[in-house]
Amino acid sequence: MIGRWLSPAILIAVLLTGWEAACRLLHLPAYVLPPPSAVVARLASDAPTLLIGAWNTLSMALCALALASVAGCGLALITALSPALERAVRPLAVAAQVTPVVAVAPLFLIWSGLDHPARAIVALAAIVAFFPIFSGASAGLKSADPGLERLFDLYGSSRWHRLVRLRLPAATPFLLEGHRVAAGLAVIGAVVAEFVAGSGATQGLAWRILESGNRLQTDRMFAALAVLAALGLVLHGAVQALERRLLAWWSGSGPAR
Amino acid sequence: MIATLHGAVADYGGRRALGPFDLALSGGEIVALVGPSGCGKSTALRLLAGLEKPTAGSVTRQAGRGETALVFQSPTLAPWLSALDNVALPLVLAGQAQAQARQTAALALKRVGLNAAMDKSPAQLSGGMAMRASLARALVADPRLLLLDEPFAALDEITRRQLADDVLALVADLKPAVLFVTHNVEEAVYMASRVVVMTPGPGRQAGELAIEGALSRPAGFRTTPGFRAAAETVSAMLAQAMEAVPA
Repeated sequence: MIGRWLSPAILIAVLLTGWEAACRLLHLPAYVLPPPSAVVARLASDAPTLLIGAWNTLSMALCALALASVAGCGLALITALSPALERAVRPLAVAAQVTPVVAVAPLFLIWSGLDHPARAIVALAAIVAFFPIFSGASAGLKSADPGLERLFDLYGSSRWHRLVRLRLPAATPFLLEGHRVAAGLAVIGAVVAEFVAGSGATQGLAWRILESGNRLQTDRMFAALAVLAALGLVLHGAVQALERRLLAWWSGSGPAR
Repeated sequence: MIATLHGAVADYGGRRALGPFDLALSGGEIVALVGPSGCGKSTALRLLAGLEKPTAGSVTRQAGRGETALVFQSPTLAPWLSALDNVALPLVLAGQAQAQARQTAALALKRVGLNAAMDKSPAQLSGGMAMRASLARALVADPRLLLLDEPFAALDEITRRQLADDVLALVADLKPAVLFVTHNVEEAVYMASRVVVMTPGPGRQAGELAIEGALSRPAGFRTTPGFRAAAETVSAMLAQAMEAVPA
């Protein structure tokens, strides 16, 4: 356990020391590169604002994740029932995925209205998070062991039984994986969308970075970035832990007990 | 007769995979289907199961839905269900209440010697144990027709022999009609009351041999002159069938 954390801790310490030393020895102006000590001081003094910003970004990302989950799973279920529908939907889903979210953001901002940029940000982050969930759910619903499919044929099972007793359980690991990837993308989507929105109305971390940049408060930008990185790490860790727990339960004794 | 194939033919995309092929299975007998790979053994089994329709010819089955059971080369257990719930699955799919299905499944697992492993997940079972659970699942609904598609092919020799004896004991008990698909001549002779040899694909019947003696094989049956002779005869039939077709 200690060994696992020791080497990254040493690397981070070395990098921070080097950074601090470079700032002091080269007399870099603070608006170009503030020393880590200044960033830490900023982090402490602006902690309330930054934490509120982190919460705003996180809640928008989580809303987006929930929306993407409902839409992705729902659409995957519908397309799993009809191959023709899947062929129709897939190119559109791929097109939505490969179109950069930055490019469609202005459109969503118009639709959501100037007073509600948060709605546009949630919608944009949801679009980014949608694809891995839809893709994972689609693949998962087709992933059941062909032998088991054949047994269900043999026992003359209903479509409903086949769905809830075979395809959905078989899809579970794929669904979890899709949600883990989507959780990270939802945060990225929320930050990018907030940048494009460029309004303080949402009070997220991205806005704090933008605002600090405009004022040349580089130390505050770094502080906001650090909080954003921490947010990403915490979310990733939480989702991964949840995924592990659910997978262990899935391959343990099954949902019926 | 529990199940028959009459002049059954199966074509896949214009290529003939089987037949015309005739086969009849009655209760309490084990028919081993032996042939080179690609001869259509498994196709014949799927036709009997009703999973596929013959291109020509006919299939009859007295065993209805829920009275036909299938065991594959791999255990094919659902990884998200315990051994017990895997075995209970056919009953649940047939509409039985979960609690009752589990009780019956517990008995089926006991019959194959897995009473200690009921709550384990498939990933925690050894290959032999998983195959036993698969066998218990096939037998849980007391089938009249039991179709075994090379069920021991992935097991080691010791487990394979144990399981062969287990299957024989279970069949003697429950008396279903059994079709046992294999490419192993010795195994076919050991397990079967009748061995049917197939030609290379598209498979037709190349010969048939009744195996003498009760199906609960006595210890050392594999070393008896009768067993050796039967195995030689089946091997010779196979060799002849292979020669008849230019390679």
